[in-house]
Amino acid sequence: MQILRPRDLDGALDALAAHPDASLLAGGTDLMVEVNLEHRRPETVIALRRVGELAEWRDGFIGATVTYARMERERLPALAELARTVGSPQIRAAGTLGGNLGTASPAGDALPFLAALDAQVVLASAEGRRRLPWDEFLLGPGHTALRPGELVLGVELPDTVPARQAFAKIGVRQAMVIATVNCCVVRHDDGATRVAMGAVGPTVLRAREAEALVAGVAEPSPQLLDEFQRLVSKEVQPITDHRSTAEYRRHAAGVLARRTLERCLHR
Amino acid sequence: MIITLTVNGQPRTAEIAGWESLLWVLRERLGLPGAKDACLQGECGSCSVVLDGELVCSCLVMAADAEGARVTTAEGLGTIEQPHPVQQAFVDHGAVQCGYCTPGLVVAVAHLLERHPDASDDDLREALSGNLCRCTGYGSVLRAVAALRKEQA
Repeated sequence: MQILRPRDLDGALDALAAHPDASLLAGGTDLMVEVNLEHRRPETVIALRRVGELAEWRDGFIGATVTYARMERERLPALAELARTVGSPQIRAAGTLGGNLGTASPAGDALPFLAALDAQVVLASAEGRRRLPWDEFLLGPGHTALRPGELVLGVELPDTVPARQAFAKIGVRQAMVIATVNCCVVRHDDGATRVAMGAVGPTVLRAREAEALVAGVAEPSPQLLDEFQRLVSKEVQPITDHRSTAEYRRHAAGVLARRTLERCLHR
Repeated sequence: MIITLTVNGQPRTAEIAGWESLLWVLRERLGLPGAKDACLQGECGSCSVVLDGELVCSCLVMAADAEGARVTTAEGLGTIEQPHPVQQAFVDHGAVQCGYCTPGLVVAVAHLLERHPDASDDDLREALSGNLCRCTGYGSVLRAVAALRKEQA
């Protein structure tokens, strides 16, 4: 194995151009598990933690190596909430936003936030940069639109990020747990509502019928919330696996989305 | 491959093979068996160390990427003769059963109290949420830390 430890973005992109199939290493919380279990033995590793440009966080842009620990401290309520549900303090000190995107787990906790905000994923290679909407980047479990020689530079948030946003997650305990279902709801000032659901489909997905039902309704009635819950349960595409059953996930998704919406509306 | 890093304040050099974790290098190459080897997937916290100021699972750190890093393990906190206050509090309050998780817990508690000396009980529980004790000895750990804070207040 060889490791390259570039000190800036140009160095990282040059290294990737020379080794387009190299494994990218940031916090190691996914890659090292596979390495330790001997599921993966990468020939070339490009370590990204010395690349300052990737750790940048400025208005509307969050760099790929921003950690969950940092997200916990920043002022985007749903992002802070989701970061706090990831792993343990040890995992949050290491794991990164770019890693969550690159790993593309259906249960990735940062992904509902990006989907609810219609974030763009910014990709960079030695040839240049391109932007993809979240749903053109996340293609399936473990599958993204990232090309050989490319890395995730970060995500771009829209110009308007509403203050009314909330994240919630169901798992078997409050820490160290991968989501059985997770959910992010964002409410714009004009009443437009975005509902993103994770761990209930091949990628994070949006419950668009449910979104349309509550759009612009200032105080949804209990009957309308019942219908919202029913639509979310209908729109998700869960499977049964070792963490839960499709039936439970379908039910829980509706309940979780309803509670998250109510919390969001009262912020 | 040769890496150099600072471990418990001492410059150290290790010859490593590819893919080794920092945990493996600490234990097998540098003779520091404090950090424990258990789940190898960041679930149990028994390999917790402080890396460049952050509490991390050393099993998830690729050793080759720790070039130039500063690492503190349980051995770096104190000695048998001069234990760290957290280590002494664990001894005084019997916050040890089988002992396997103890070095990770001690490193995690010391790291928390250094950064947040006035951490509440809830903060402590949260801070230790990634350190599993399968003897379920958490009660005495919490009592040890509470007593330590009282002493230091």
